[in-house]
Amino acid sequence: MDITLTVNGEARRVEAAETMSLLEVLRNHLGLMGTRYGCGLEQCGCCTVLVDGAPAYACTREVGTVAGRTVTTIEGLGSATDMHPLQQAFVDEQAGQCGYCLSGIIVSAKALLDHNPRPSRADIVAALDRHLCRCGTHQRIIRAVQRAAETLAGGRPS
Amino acid sequence: MSAPALPASLVDNPRLDRWIRFLPDRTVRIATGKVEMGQGVVTAIGQIAADELDVPFQRVTVLSGSSDDGPDEQYTTSSLSVEVSGGSVRLVCAEVRAKALERAALRLNCSRDELSVVDGQILQNGAATGQDYWTVAPEIDLSQAVTGTAPVKPVSAYRVVGQSVPRVDLPAKVSGAAFAHDVLPQGVLHARTLRQPSRGATLDTLDEAAIRRAAKGDLQIVREANFVAFVSPVESVAQAAAAAAPAHATWKNARKLDPVQQEAAWLEGQKSDDRRLGAAERTTPPRNLVTATFSRPYIAHASLAPSCAIAQFNDGRLTVWSHGQGMHPLRRNLAEALGLPAESISTRHRHGAGCYGHNGADDAALDAALVARHLPGKPIRLQWRREEEFGFEPVGPAMLVRLHVDLDEDGRPADWTTEVWSATHVQRPGNGTGYLLASEAMANPPPEVAPFDPPEARGGGGTRNTVPIYDVPAHRVLHHLVLRPPVRTSALRGLGALPNVFAIESMIDDLAARAGQDPLAYRLSIMSEKRARRITELVAERAGWRSRGPSGTGKGLGLAMARYKNRAAYAAVVAAVTVQETVRVDRIWCVADAGLVVNPDGARNQLEGGIVQAVSWTLKEQVKLDEHGIASRDWESYPILRFSEVPEIEVEFVDPAGNPPLGVGECTVGPTAAAIGNAVAHALGVRILDMPLSRDRIMAALLKG
Repeated sequence: MDITLTVNGEARRVEAAETMSLLEVLRNHLGLMGTRYGCGLEQCGCCTVLVDGAPAYACTREVGTVAGRTVTTIEGLGSATDMHPLQQAFVDEQAGQCGYCLSGIIVSAKALLDHNPRPSRADIVAALDRHLCRCGTHQRIIRAVQRAAETLAGGRPS
Repeated sequence: MSAPALPASLVDNPRLDRWIRFLPDRTVRIATGKVEMGQGVVTAIGQIAADELDVPFQRVTVLSGSSDDGPDEQYTTSSLSVEVSGGSVRLVCAEVRAKALERAALRLNCSRDELSVVDGQILQNGAATGQDYWTVAPEIDLSQAVTGTAPVKPVSAYRVVGQSVPRVDLPAKVSGAAFAHDVLPQGVLHARTLRQPSRGATLDTLDEAAIRRAAKGDLQIVREANFVAFVSPVESVAQAAAAAAPAHATWKNARKLDPVQQEAAWLEGQKSDDRRLGAAERTTPPRNLVTATFSRPYIAHASLAPSCAIAQFNDGRLTVWSHGQGMHPLRRNLAEALGLPAESISTRHRHGAGCYGHNGADDAALDAALVARHLPGKPIRLQWRREEEFGFEPVGPAMLVRLHVDLDEDGRPADWTTEVWSATHVQRPGNGTGYLLASEAMANPPPEVAPFDPPEARGGGGTRNTVPIYDVPAHRVLHHLVLRPPVRTSALRGLGALPNVFAIESMIDDLAARAGQDPLAYRLSIMSEKRARRITELVAERAGWRSRGPSGTGKGLGLAMARYKNRAAYAAVVAAVTVQETVRVDRIWCVADAGLVVNPDGARNQLEGGIVQAVSWTLKEQVKLDEHGIASRDWESYPILRFSEVPEIEVEFVDPAGNPPLGVGECTVGPTAAAIGNAVAHALGVRILDMPLSRDRIMAALLKG
């Protein structure tokens, strides 16, 4: 069936079964490969996207449930040549090794900073605890989110 | 003049143009057989080339892992990439630079000594000549073999090497498609497999109708002997078929396991190949013998993404995109498994999730190729399921390490035996044993090969880091290579270094206690090697070792050190822990000596990652078995360290003092595990000998203590 949703600010119409996962639709129908499959079990966080601004596991979220809603993926933040301050902060801190976990983590961090522009370290840890990183770059990731928060706060009139 | 000894990579790939090409867009393309796995090797090799050629880093691109266009450098393993591939690229670039200057001197009718290179431009006595690499390159014969005779730059002339150049692969990874998993050609078909439960198992019945009902869509079932794949233009249809399949398949001759086999203790008494290394068997009775047995269980690589490969078979040519650790070995192995000439296969590396050793990547490549051969012309994207990666990737072998240390009258080790029980640490296809998994499901599987371990010349496997770094008059290793482990075992970051260093450094702490000495002072009293002493003293200073409190308070500070493989980088680690019902690692200090560091921040990232992974292994990880095989098949049954559990980490390199680069990727894992073990012993007042240092083991140790 036809499902209409807003992805990264654009209205998109997809023909897919309502029960198909949002992850499959994003990757295989819309070509947005930045949202990654890790486990399909809501255990690793690799597939995290924002649905109406809140983090959601795209691997288990049925696309029918996001009809008429807004979805933000890593591509909605910025591209490799035009990065969002969060993405830039991850590069500045070299916060990654294999990088597979990063798009989900950055998307979760976006939701955190949208609601809490000056998070404490504990706030960041709590927001990211649903994500796994196997390479062990956690401390760099936490620093990158702190750096992005500072950049974003500095860029805003207080 | 005798020719210098060339690195193996140059002996195997002598032609200069296999390594370097000057492209029309005024860039230099360097090729390496080593592949990026998140460790930053592609960036580091670009840095080395930029320095040796005198071109800006931005003008260097690195082609990595192409069986068609790149050199064959076997697998990307053992922290050897900078040493071997980097060393080769340096020699090639020095030689090409010399050839370019020779050509330019002829053109300019001047002496070579008047010429220099700045930013790729050739200058004569410092003035522009209008010549550069790209103008003279057409006149340089790069089909020649490298001689290795051109002088390389002295370390003092390095400008790019030694700088923390940002990783070139990271921007794509934080913004979109970046992985093999993201290769999605037009008309792609998605595939999943039904795995043969064990070698020798034969598929008895397969209820295809039931699987099709579960799949609910356009589905093809590909069968070849005991290999089954489900193929669909819709990924979720293939996935649903594979998820349903095990319940609709029956097998004969599947191997049955016993959960007791998941423990390292099971290894003792199993059939093994036994050998002794080092000192002769002792003939005199011991004076003061101390014996203790340590262990670690089977450990999963637990890559964050399940393995994936894309394959296409067109007009007799097979093209495969894979995140394996070596594209030339993969090509040879696919050729052998499929009965195709290697020349008809192209293998191309694409990024994968970090692998930390031999995981399912190569196996998935054969799976995809098998399906592609059944469906010529169709691009096949085959991805393992999460439970398949946990259940069928090779795992790091369990190990049992028993130390027998005879002390002299001053409480110092006089005679030391490290006795190790372990299955093989290397079953990479292409090493002569082990196969791509699906080849065992074919009608005529290759014969089983007797297991073996990496030779001592390459650092050993189960015997890696069995030799203590301390002054021990007599040392020997008794190695029991266990022949038939319950699960497929292969390389995991550090191989035997983790359990061996854990055992040795735990023992040293216990010997210090027997001698009534502080663990740091005791170590220094039996440690002559200057580089080892330096980092041990420094890490103790950084961690405030002098103010270490009494034991048994629930708070602990532990120290450990090792030189990885007894020949790569040195790392000394102090861990601070809090122990209640479980262990929390609060903080880690690490000081390392890796000689010359090509990319300091990249190397720090590797040390930090090794530390976090070792904390996770030491506290939490164990592969669990049931009668069917590996039972821990998701992140709940195989938990790893989380954000809320990661310690603060301080890492520091000492000045290289003119020493050449040493591999850093694996040097922290053993010392980290051992430092935690020592810190927990300090916190509790009793030692836990078996990894992981779990809640149950803490309770048991407290009851016993």
